[in-house]
Amino acid sequence: MTEKTVTELENSILEIEHRIEDLENASLKDNCDRSVEIKYLREKHERLQEKLCSKLTPYDIVKIARHPLRPLTADYVNMMIDDFVELHGDKRFGDDKAIICGLGRIGQERLLVIGQQKGKSTKERIACNFGMPNPEGYRKALQKMKLAEKFHLPIVTLIDTPGANPDIGAEERGQAYAIAENIYEMCRLKTPIINIVIGEGGSGGALGIGIGDKFAILEYAYYSVISPEGCAAILWKNSENAPEASESLRLTAKDLLKFGVVDEIISEPLGAAHKSPKAMANTLKSYILKYLEEIKSTPIDILIENRYNKYRNIGKYLEC
Amino acid sequence: MVFFRKKKDMPDGLWTRCDGCKGMVYKKIVEERMYVCPECNYHFRVFSRDRLKLLLDENSFEEMWDNMVPCDPLNFKDRITYPERVAAEQQKTGLKEAAIVGKGKINGKELMIGITDSSFIMGSMGAVVGEKIARAAEKACELQLPLIIISGSGGGARMQEGVFSLMQMAKTSAAIARFREAGGLYISILTDPSLGGVMASFASLADIMIAEPKALIGFAGPRVIQETIRRSLPKGFQTAEFLLEHGFLDMIVHRQDMKEELSRLIDYLQQTKNVPCEVQV
Ligand SMILES: [Zn+2]
Repeated sequence: MTEKTVTELENSILEIEHRIEDLENASLKDNCDRSVEIKYLREKHERLQEKLCSKLTPYDIVKIARHPLRPLTADYVNMMIDDFVELHGDKRFGDDKAIICGLGRIGQERLLVIGQQKGKSTKERIACNFGMPNPEGYRKALQKMKLAEKFHLPIVTLIDTPGANPDIGAEERGQAYAIAENIYEMCRLKTPIINIVIGEGGSGGALGIGIGDKFAILEYAYYSVISPEGCAAILWKNSENAPEASESLRLTAKDLLKFGVVDEIISEPLGAAHKSPKAMANTLKSYILKYLEEIKSTPIDILIENRYNKYRNIGKYLEC
Repeated sequence: MVFFRKKKDMPDGLWTRCDGCKGMVYKKIVEERMYVCPECNYHFRVFSRDRLKLLLDENSFEEMWDNMVPCDPLNFKDRITYPERVAAEQQKTGLKEAAIVGKGKINGKELMIGITDSSFIMGSMGAVVGEKIARAAEKACELQLPLIIISGSGGGARMQEGVFSLMQMAKTSAAIARFREAGGLYISILTDPSLGGVMASFASLADIMIAEPKALIGFAGPRVIQETIRRSLPKGFQTAEFLLEHGFLDMIVHRQDMKEELSRLIDYLQQTKNVPCEVQV
């Protein structure tokens, strides 16, 4: 038997899912027992899922990170956060829907949540500018972070952006300045910060809410200095070389863990987060609680010193 | 001033084309004018070592950490490998990396200075550039000197160093933050072009923001923006003048006035020395 490609595997998996659904519906109607067949299909489904995950190339992972059904910041807020109070506006220019900010609780812990939001429906996606923040989005985030600092709330940021918005208005309002200022301020913000890449970690646009004390990444998220397509367009002179660029850039969770850039990989449910968003949200919640527990016991001065050293020491070079 | 225009019978080698007015101008005059077009005041891109010579007091520059060279943490390969690309750029420019840092003097005033050169892999920031900028900020802090960084970077991030390159934005910003918090004076000079990760980190985090006339400055490159919005960009978009108008610069300074302006600013702002940095454990 020839090896199946990722797309073929995906199709077989979908086919099995449909057959299971059909069998279940049929059983509901005529009360016949089809459990043996369903069980067999479920096992096959699981095997294929495992096989699929083991075969993924870096570019497949990029595609999973961009999957239209992948849970987004707003989904995690709904599933994880109790009593969420959204806070809008940068008090300077506008309210950027590509970044969601708000206060909430996870268990007994009060916190500030900040996350990039891509939107699901076409209308939402346009309103959120596909998760590409404008300067006012970064300034909104910074303003809420200062609030969290003042009232001693820890901050959790959920990173999911293809990059900061590259357009005329964003440049007119100082996109580079806004991102730089966030990085600068987050390096010294006197409250614990947890950063988690939940989907796309697109370069400077991700870093604009991406500085902190704990850095985790979901199993099929990615984090990169440039989009694979952008990199391919520059170095291969053709954006169709994105799969090769994805290999070269070492942008997967495994690579980042190996490099010591992320502290931990958060496993996704079988078949990735979009297959069981609830299970994903529960896992994510437990990790956030664990990190909050770990960070809370560290005095803030030491936390900031450690944060500084983490960034100060990153990067390899030779002195000869 | 037709005087500087090339006439048909003049030999080619002595002339250079100006990107500003598109005319042929006499090389020697351009050089004498600090690489500024005598016809239209266009500021030519200047090689980093020449720029340091133009700006600093004669023989005052002491280069630091000049033995740093990049590694290849990703084993990066596009059409050629990263080490091959680095070697070719070193050969082409005579530089080891895109940044030069050290100590120098302006009108007798000591300072730390750093410069990124857009002729070396677009002046992009990898671990060497990041480390040199961070060390320059720390040294300025320790010696209680003003810090001047001249940016020229068309690429921003060094793609071939992947996520390590991205993290240099954090490293340089963190180091600049400590320096400024300790009372240090940091002046950033933006030259053509200053874009991407360099602009979204240390280059825009200064006490005083200066740019050279007409320099291209921004986050996203104009081509990327044009491809995204699918229409042509307004005239003068992302120039130094555009940034000044939108409130993102303190001043635009002509290259021939740069030394005197810096000297004046330092006199105003550095009358008392920095509070020494606390050694943090
Ligand atoms: Zn000219």
